[in-house]
Amino acid sequence: MSEVPVWVAVVVGALSVLGGLFTFLGCLGMARFNSFYARVHAPTLGTSMGCITISLASAIYFTVSGQRPAVHEVLILMFVSVTTPVTLMLLARAALYRDRSEHNGDVPNEVGQDVVVQPAPEQALGRSAS
Amino acid sequence: MSIAILHWCLLVGHLLTGLAMLAATYRMVRGPRAQDRILALDAFYVAAMLMLILFGIRVGSNIYFEVALLIGVLSFVGTVALAKFLMRGEVIE
Repeated sequence: MSEVPVWVAVVVGALSVLGGLFTFLGCLGMARFNSFYARVHAPTLGTSMGCITISLASAIYFTVSGQRPAVHEVLILMFVSVTTPVTLMLLARAALYRDRSEHNGDVPNEVGQDVVVQPAPEQALGRSAS
Repeated sequence: MSIAILHWCLLVGHLLTGLAMLAATYRMVRGPRAQDRILALDAFYVAAMLMLILFGIRVGSNIYFEVALLIGVLSFVGTVALAKFLMRGEVIE
């Protein structure tokens, strides 16, 4: 670490602590939620706000200490914010496919197949009696 | 003064991202099904990437930024391949 002005140190430190806090809360939520579909949204706290704050801290620090604009952290930020929705969407679709094909849990049916034909009450009674 | 502030704040940031990696490891070991483990692996990758960026600030070198970028790319490719494997049973059709 090189000597930087105090306000830069305060800003960079606050941003890095905040980013760490966001990432930790996201992963804690992923560890503690009950079902997969509740769990799948928790780590995005780390990938959105954690990435924004920590990349901003790194960009500010290297810009001030290197005396030139260092904005290549924007690359990480763009890449992560583009790829995270794609991966989580694929993962959620794969999980939904597995749950549907195994008929477990209360996952919704496919589009167009959500009208469930109920048997008539007397037929149901007769079937249960026999 | 500013070095002391940066030192302690980066230490706290490191500890928090390390705790995040621990929580992701817990879900990866415990996770009832395969999709939970893949999700935990993705979160683990992101936490490791952020920890490496913080480490780059601490050391003052640009090398760690490139390592973080590589980890981000590998996280994307790995998670997409594993999700496709869950969906189809094979990665390349």
